[in-house]
Amino acid sequence: MNQESLSQIFINACLVNNFVLAYFLGICPFLGVSGKLGTATKMGGAVMFVMLISSICAYGIHALLVAVDAEFLQLISYIVVIASTVQLVEMFIKKMSPALFKALGIFLPLITTNCAILGLALFQTNKGYDFIQSIVYALGAGAGFTLALVLIAGFREQLEYAEVPKVIRGTILTLVIAGIMSLTFMGFSGLGTQ
Amino acid sequence: MSSGTNHTEAKSTDEFIKGLWKENPVFVQVLGMCPVLAVSNTAENALAMGLATAFVLLMSNTLVSLLRNFIPKEVRIASFILIIATFVTITDYAIQAISVDLHKSLGAFISLIVVNCLILSRAEAFASKNTLGKSILDALGMGLGFLFALFCLGAVREILGNGTFFGLALFPDTFQEWIVMILPAGGFFTLALWLLIFNLIKQRKEATA
Repeated sequence: MNQESLSQIFINACLVNNFVLAYFLGICPFLGVSGKLGTATKMGGAVMFVMLISSICAYGIHALLVAVDAEFLQLISYIVVIASTVQLVEMFIKKMSPALFKALGIFLPLITTNCAILGLALFQTNKGYDFIQSIVYALGAGAGFTLALVLIAGFREQLEYAEVPKVIRGTILTLVIAGIMSLTFMGFSGLGTQ
Repeated sequence: MSSGTNHTEAKSTDEFIKGLWKENPVFVQVLGMCPVLAVSNTAENALAMGLATAFVLLMSNTLVSLLRNFIPKEVRIASFILIIATFVTITDYAIQAISVDLHKSLGAFISLIVVNCLILSRAEAFASKNTLGKSILDALGMGLGFLFALFCLGAVREILGNGTFFGLALFPDTFQEWIVMILPAGGFFTLALWLLIFNLIKQRKEATA
């Protein structure tokens, strides 16, 4: 059992050990859908929702697997739960907002292979968080992911108008910005524990 | 990179070669970034991670190719993920049995091979449509290309950030380590640097061609 307080968990997951900038989780959508601010915000929201659901499910599954002594099935069952959650979200968004569905494109089904979500499920199991702690952890991680995505989308929108040598446009430029942002986020490291 | 002298033979070797350079999964396709950045802080970690990924890729490509006519189209992605997850679980336990230290330093990233987009994309784009032999060659090429890229990153980060290479000290004591290279930020910068080198080479080739 883990004794960390809830606010500590939130700040840890959101700022100090930001999933994208410190753990390198969810880099693909981070590089892929961070071109426009609006899309980035909504992508962040979708990821946060999936995170929350899969965190709750992962907590239940882990308890169940421990009860029947089949922990080696952990990875397989987590990924199945995440895949079905993403499917649900996809149908939901398609129904509610076809425009958003189009904007997110291939990256929506790819949330399944977003390592941030599976990573979250695995970390919360490793750290032994209880139910409430898991939910707060998922919220913090989702908020951190959204924050990083929105920040970098803002930078990239501004850089559209800058004169950058052609050879470093695109991925390389994004990586350099991400590196600088990662350095900046290290300033938060005094706030929490490892 | 491929020497196209013998066209009939070049066909099958092409599947192997393309993963190494022309379609390198990391430098050209920019796939599977998370493990690339996360565990490339030393050359040893990078090598271990590369080998584990290449193994999973090889096994999953083999199995997907063998089963390609039996898997219904509607549930193919789910089936691929299940196949991949099985092999990752095997790898995870195998590494734990071989070296506990290594397992600790790679941490959750072994389990996270499941969500490496490279493996899923090879299963979907190649193994599910091609014969067993070709799929194995493709997996070997892509796996080696991934290993090569990881190793490039790991070597640079370990040499500059720690002053060592596979744990052996390279520089005299006066060498000031670039701590930033071991930190997450160094991962982003090193990858950006390698991509830049690749792009420059590609650009020069296009200019001369």
